[in-house]
Amino acid sequence: MTHIAIADQPEEELHEPSSFVTKYIWSQDHKVIAIQYSITAIFVGLVALVLSGLMRLQLGFPDSFSFIDPSAYLQFVTMHGMIMVIYLLTALFLGGFGNYLIPLMIGARDMVFPYLNMLSYWVYLLAVIVLMASFFVPGGPTGAGWTLYPPQAILEGTPGAGGGILLMLISLAIFIVAFTMGGLNYVTTVLQARTKGMTLMRMPLSVWGIFIATILGLLAFPALLVSAIMMLLDMTVGTSFFMPAIVSLGEQLDYSGGSPILFQHLFWFFGHPEVYIVALPAFGIVSDVLSVHARKNIFGYRMMVWAIVIIGGLSFIVWAHHMYVSGMNPYFGFFFATTTLIIAVPTALKVYNWVLTLWRGNIHLTTAMLFAIGFIFTFTHGGLTGLFLGNVVIDLPLSDTYFVVAHFHMVMGVSPIMVLFAAIYHWFPKITGKHLHTGLGKAHFWVTFLGTYAIYLPMHYLGFLGVPRRYYAMGSTEFVPDSAQDLNASITVSALIVGVAQLIFIYNVIRSLRKGEKAESNPWGAASLEWQTPDTPPKHGNWGPALPVVYRWAYDYSVPTAKQDFIPQNMSEEEVERVDDSETSSTEGGEDVKNIGDEPVGDNP
Amino acid sequence: MTNSTEQAPGWKGVVNDWAADKETFNVPWGKLMMWIFLLSDTFIFSIFLTSYMTVRMSATAEWPMTSEVFALTIAGQHVPLLLIAIMTFILITSSGTMAMAVNYAYRGDRKKTFILMLATAALGATFVGMQAFEWSKLIEDGVRPWENPMGAEQFGASFFMITGFHGMHVTAGVIYLIVIANRVRNGFYEKKGYDIVEITGLYWHFVDLVWVFIFAFFYLW
Ligand code: HEM
Ligand SMILES: [Cu+2]
Repeated sequence: MTHIAIADQPEEELHEPSSFVTKYIWSQDHKVIAIQYSITAIFVGLVALVLSGLMRLQLGFPDSFSFIDPSAYLQFVTMHGMIMVIYLLTALFLGGFGNYLIPLMIGARDMVFPYLNMLSYWVYLLAVIVLMASFFVPGGPTGAGWTLYPPQAILEGTPGAGGGILLMLISLAIFIVAFTMGGLNYVTTVLQARTKGMTLMRMPLSVWGIFIATILGLLAFPALLVSAIMMLLDMTVGTSFFMPAIVSLGEQLDYSGGSPILFQHLFWFFGHPEVYIVALPAFGIVSDVLSVHARKNIFGYRMMVWAIVIIGGLSFIVWAHHMYVSGMNPYFGFFFATTTLIIAVPTALKVYNWVLTLWRGNIHLTTAMLFAIGFIFTFTHGGLTGLFLGNVVIDLPLSDTYFVVAHFHMVMGVSPIMVLFAAIYHWFPKITGKHLHTGLGKAHFWVTFLGTYAIYLPMHYLGFLGVPRRYYAMGSTEFVPDSAQDLNASITVSALIVGVAQLIFIYNVIRSLRKGEKAESNPWGAASLEWQTPDTPPKHGNWGPALPVVYRWAYDYSVPTAKQDFIPQNMSEEEVERVDDSETSSTEGGEDVKNIGDEPVGDNP
Repeated sequence: MTNSTEQAPGWKGVVNDWAADKETFNVPWGKLMMWIFLLSDTFIFSIFLTSYMTVRMSATAEWPMTSEVFALTIAGQHVPLLLIAIMTFILITSSGTMAMAVNYAYRGDRKKTFILMLATAALGATFVGMQAFEWSKLIEDGVRPWENPMGAEQFGASFFMITGFHGMHVTAGVIYLIVIANRVRNGFYEKKGYDIVEITGLYWHFVDLVWVFIFAFFYLW
């Protein structure tokens, strides 16, 4: 059988959906699915945000709120953490931006299997509904902590030990099914459906980040799925996979011989790659935003791609750095500390490259750019504290304190959120055809950015004092001075301000949708393909009658001899207007960028 | 014009070839997607098996002798692992009929393809039936997911969980085979081509391969 690349086959007539239902609800269009994913994810994200506000109220002003008792606090912590990590960040980056950007950025009409893609969203929605249902079952949602460690997760005495944990595990399993359906699509689309001229090494870094993150997801979620199945069996059937012989509430339970540590290994074999599932798309997207708004090519494109790939690979052999306090052979501790520090090398390299992209760039401080630069700050900050926690001897005293809370919020809480905002401000004009209000956007940025520091900087200090995480109230201890309470109050005030400031963003979105300034098709002068669509917002099928053809990488900004300060990816060498036609072959400019795929590029200042 | 057509030495050349535009692998979309799915599924089974090994090592009670537990008594003779040997043989045979089905599909012989796919499905169903027989035998001996008169209770738990999960894969495969076989007979793929038979085959061979590992780790260890 000879096989003809799909891009070379004659195109079939596109079927245009005509009714409202097929267009906006049961839609198979990747753009509509992306928006459905995004709205759902942002909605649950807001629930998680409210939960964090409630937790902060309790911590800042203990005993003032009668409806927050210790059980409720633990339930808030758990639901907040799980929703933020899985149902907001993973879903929004991959289901939302992955869906929207992949086909547009690689020049495809849609994902390779649109029907599967649609199913993916509806199954995700089901997972969200099951999760939300756990708020309403007797006993409430689980309070086991987002890590769900057994034995406590399923024992009487942990809030939500009945229906709560059951629904949590079921919801996670459903989420994994949804993710798998979407993920298979994203990977296959990137590998097989690129348009003519779009080599892998010409793809924008956003696509690279999403692509590798999806692969990580496909290989890491199995560990979560298997551990969820085993825990469900322990709970419902009475097996003892994770349960040792145990006395609970004065009663000898019917378990024996299981291994709780096994669960921790499985959970973190998923959990650590999960960090990169949200970080890699953020890395990719921020690279593109920085490059566009600094009017400069990304520094070291090839290095950036390989760094993403290498980080993705290494992320599978560092997991036990979350388990130093669980006790392990010192040689294992040594191994995992070493791999953890090694992963910092490609990560640091990326940070340098972002900074060098800005170096002597023509920086436009748009809202998107502000958030992107904000990300460099918060990420560097969180990354540095990660180096501390990666070392066994430093982690032991700091583990389970507010230092850890501060670390992971900086690195995987706030930083990806910064990128998400950057991405929304950046692509909103393409997605909706309307501009967001810049003044409101900048206000939103400054409150969020400064507020982040007001919240998390003091937490590092609290951690050094030894304030433990997941505590409802400290009571009085010898090692925590009274002044810590004042600090807690100030953190709470900042957190509430930041929380409320998100309303600015929501108002901005609604306002723009209704009466925002109409956006032209390429307002930032970006070179990548998604900005070159014939319609804004792109119509069904994305490209009108003919697919675009790609001649160059996505980062031709400020090319010295070109008249315009950017050259779109689909502009051929003949179409480019040069400053001086007689000297087109000056090697500084055109020639150099034309062969981008072969040369180590971006190293020219 | 594209990088793929340019010659570059060594490592760079390898990267350029793999990075060429349009398609990285010269296969249809569905086939690649099946490969990626199977890779993900491999992780699921590997984690099941690793967990089983861990649990087996950490169990506090004695692990039963598998060759004793899985033995049939025929005409007064105690034959260890007989049933499993037959089951394994059946499953491997079904891989053979599947491979032949793929071959005939590409030759365009719809009738033979249909028959061979149905044969594969029948062998698969037989396997599941024998699996059920084995389960019922264990249950008769008093083995449950939560208890085991012969020793560690994790034995029954992992056995039922892993073979159950694999059995679900086989059952799904049988249904999948029947659906595709019917469509083949009706000429549904005359225009699209018969890659789908090969894709179904990939799944089926995978399920067989996984069984070999379960067999090795569960019955022979
Ligand atoms: C304004 C924003 C946020 C605030 C004020 C906030 C606040 C908190 C608080 C108070 C805790 C509980 C600490 C404890 O008692 O141990 C917590 C835990 C946590 N947060 Fe956030 N958070 C925010 C955003 C995020 C984001 C965006 C993420 C996304 C990754 C996130 C992930 C987590 C996780 C994973 C936990 C741990 C849950 C657990 O211990 O089981 N948070 N957060
Ligand atoms: Cu980690």
